Amino acid sequence: MDGMDDIVREFVVESYENLDQLDHDLVALEDQPGSRELLGSVFRTIHTIKGTSGFLAFGVLESLTHVGENLLAQLRDGKRPMTQRTTDVLLKMVDAVREILHTIEVTGSEGDSDWSSVVSDMQAVLDDPTGGPVATPASGAAPPVPGSGPATPAPIVAVKPVAEPDATRAATPAAKRKAPAKPRAKARSPRKSADRKASAAEPMPSPTLSAPVDPEETLEVSEPDVANALHEVGAGSPAPARTDDAPARSAADASIRVDVEVLDALMRHVGELVLARNAMTRLATDLGDASLVRASQRLSLIATELQQGVMKTRMQPIEHVWSKVPRMVRDISAALERHVRLEMIGQDTELDRGLLEAIKDPLTHLIRNAIDHGIEAPAARRAVGKADQGVLTLRAFHQGGQVVVEIGDDGKGIDPKVIAARALERGLRTQAQVAAMSTQDILNLLFLPGFSTAETVTNVSGRGVGMDVVRTKVEAIGGVVDVQSTPGLGTTWRLRIPLTLAIMPALTVRCYGETYAVPQVNLLELLAVDDEQSGVEYVGDAPVYRLRGQLLPLVDLRDVLGTAPREGLVDTVIVVLQADGGRFGLVVDQVLNTEEIVAKPIGAAVKNIGLYAGATLLGDGSVSLILDIPAVARKALDLDLQDAVRASAGELAAAVPKEPMLIVAVGEGRQVAIALGAVTRLERLPASVIEQVSGSAVMQYRGKITPVADLAQLLGDGGTTREEFAVVICTRGDRTVALIANEVVDIVDCDKVDFSDVSGHGLLGSIVVKGRVTELLDLRGAVEAIDASFYDDHESALVGAGSEA
Amino acid sequence: MRHHLATFTLDNRLYGVDVSRVQEALRLHQRTAVPHAPRTVAGLVNLRGQVVLMVDLRARLGREPYGPDDEPMMVVVKVDGEPVSLLVDQVGDVLELNADQFGPPPPTLEAALRDVVTGVYSMDEGLLLSLDVDLAVRV
Repeated sequence: MDGMDDIVREFVVESYENLDQLDHDLVALEDQPGSRELLGSVFRTIHTIKGTSGFLAFGVLESLTHVGENLLAQLRDGKRPMTQRTTDVLLKMVDAVREILHTIEVTGSEGDSDWSSVVSDMQAVLDDPTGGPVATPASGAAPPVPGSGPATPAPIVAVKPVAEPDATRAATPAAKRKAPAKPRAKARSPRKSADRKASAAEPMPSPTLSAPVDPEETLEVSEPDVANALHEVGAGSPAPARTDDAPARSAADASIRVDVEVLDALMRHVGELVLARNAMTRLATDLGDASLVRASQRLSLIATELQQGVMKTRMQPIEHVWSKVPRMVRDISAALERHVRLEMIGQDTELDRGLLEAIKDPLTHLIRNAIDHGIEAPAARRAVGKADQGVLTLRAFHQGGQVVVEIGDDGKGIDPKVIAARALERGLRTQAQVAAMSTQDILNLLFLPGFSTAETVTNVSGRGVGMDVVRTKVEAIGGVVDVQSTPGLGTTWRLRIPLTLAIMPALTVRCYGETYAVPQVNLLELLAVDDEQSGVEYVGDAPVYRLRGQLLPLVDLRDVLGTAPREGLVDTVIVVLQADGGRFGLVVDQVLNTEEIVAKPIGAAVKNIGLYAGATLLGDGSVSLILDIPAVARKALDLDLQDAVRASAGELAAAVPKEPMLIVAVGEGRQVAIALGAVTRLERLPASVIEQVSGSAVMQYRGKITPVADLAQLLGDGGTTREEFAVVICTRGDRTVALIANEVVDIVDCDKVDFSDVSGHGLLGSIVVKGRVTELLDLRGAVEAIDASFYDDHESALVGAGSEA
Repeated sequence: MRHHLATFTLDNRLYGVDVSRVQEALRLHQRTAVPHAPRTVAGLVNLRGQVVLMVDLRARLGREPYGPDDEPMMVVVKVDGEPVSLLVDQVGDVLELNADQFGPPPPTLEAALRDVVTGVYSMDEGLLLSLDVDLAVRV
């Protein structure tokens, strides 16, 4: 763009913005065909581009927009209805304009592409009497616009002479194109100042194409925006009477365009400033000089304000990216013959502009994919009892210091079996690997390079590239993408993106001699563990903390990082964190400070470990790793146990701990209680994990063959016939058994006096839990039924509470 | 055609990398360990405000990694425009060598070295193993 002069640059930038709005308006027009407001807006945009391109001597652009303008003028004045075909040609024109603008931006000139087909398409629509209204002489009456003189009727009629024989007194447009000079001169003569300017700017004595002038052309020149573009509209031109477009532009006066690179550089510098400020604050504190401390405090304050200010300049609503979506959805669904309704929720969600830019491509790809592979063709939808029209939902919202963007469809969903089969076929995974995978893991295979499930390759998606690119792009900005799908009901792709990459507040903690940073977006509170370790309890082997009546699963950072194991929890600090919709407590040696940190990129070697979000420099100049809390949570926590703890949280609030019991649903509506002390882990697994070995059910669990007992079968209630069930794992020494139930209902504290001796096979009695009779499992009996030697060494460590009762 | 190589030693063997790839040679800075990282990653270091990955070249070349008491030196190389620090025993001179001194790596070379050694320069004082910087930092 070096050689381009400022006016042209301004024109290109402004026109791009207008075109985005135009796409939006044109698609919206299809839904509300009669909207004068939308038509007016579209007309003005094209008119502005036309006017300015004429002034700047872009003849091709001018002639292209001129025909479009004629068509739009008729639409706006209600002389023809909005039809699909009309929209198509107008959109085509918008694309052509965009391309020419791009050429101008790159080369400074319009290039020599031939756009005559677009022009003739539009002309064809203009000439088409069926698409348009009948041009009766009456319709030729001038629209009520100021300055439109008696000259107007003739050119208007002349626009569509084919439709009306008596209009042939005017030349056909085609003829006019050949000889534009005469009618132009006539039609334009009443328009004074603006016309002179336009003619003066005309590069060619006879433009290749110029349909008859209609009155709007000169009227609109008087609009303020066009006036700006033209820089000098004579004082004698018609007054800028049209005010309906004024609000859209009023913001322009109060803002300036800044090159994004300037903002980027500014942000980098602010980041460095914050780190330097941190170092300075540290020094000042160490030296203890009062005036130095004051100065550093002032510096600190200013740095913070500067940081906030710069950050604000970079925030933009996601609407910026979404504005192109309606058009895109329309085109794709038209190409694929799908009926799609687009819903967008949370357009005003703001995020850093750099990130906005970065999610553009992934978003485009996911939307294409949702329409192509998600939403079925109307006939297929009808066959399964859905409405013809599929719904594509875009949702954006802030959650836990991140921006979540969801792309959901109500289409056919993704069948994990198909994915697994495809992965096998492509040799991406082995049979054994696939068998061991959870449904979610299988869906995640979609993100592998070279994976495509499209049965037919279309030109919209399904080229076998994409999802891996989506993931790479999202992860490159510190984001995460995942997919959830229910076959038959639809698929939701979710992007989670940090609000800004630049600067974030963090808590610094010590673990085994090293300092780590914990982003404060994840932080809820800090708890010091005292000598008594009060509040710390154990669910099986897993430590939990009873925080205001709720159980908080604990994760030791030492375990996560694989350093030396901790002797005891005394004098440690529990950092209560929020991640992935759950809470947990991270046990650290010591909490140091809070510090503003700037995430510096780390190499792939460190990033791929999956525990660190990046690295930062601390005030003392040392490097500190930033913990990726969601990743830590996923790695360390058994999510089902977490769920159980969460489900029981309310119940536990007032209860005095007596006998914690795990309540599971078994068979047809039965509830069975198992002493929680005997339970090591809870899992949720697909039925396919169960294998039969010489008549006994077993499963592979953590690399070991584990005997399995189906509680429903054990209690004489048939068998558990579910695709997925809850598995209760009991471990004793090196022996493990698994018990199968429908699902985990709750964890509750029970009073032993509740036990009644109503018992059946495999049961010890019954208790009442939340008003429901719940059977108490004879755990020992159940376990010995499948592993007779489980309790062989006669230590009572694992004997269920019930057996003592 | 003259080749310029920045040289360093590792277990008394002389290695060299294209001098145009080397940013600087420094004493060991305070490093931050990265738990769960591959053994070839020695940690992260603050290099004038930039967080730089430290590659333990001994581990990379199939030897025992440096221990906490060792005092290796850092050769900072540029990979895709970003600095990466290689830990080596001792930094040597920049040598100017003739293209005809260059030969393919001997077939007897250990497997771990074969990955990263592009060839061998024969000099009067002995052999100089030329390393591919991009492969050397691949951990």
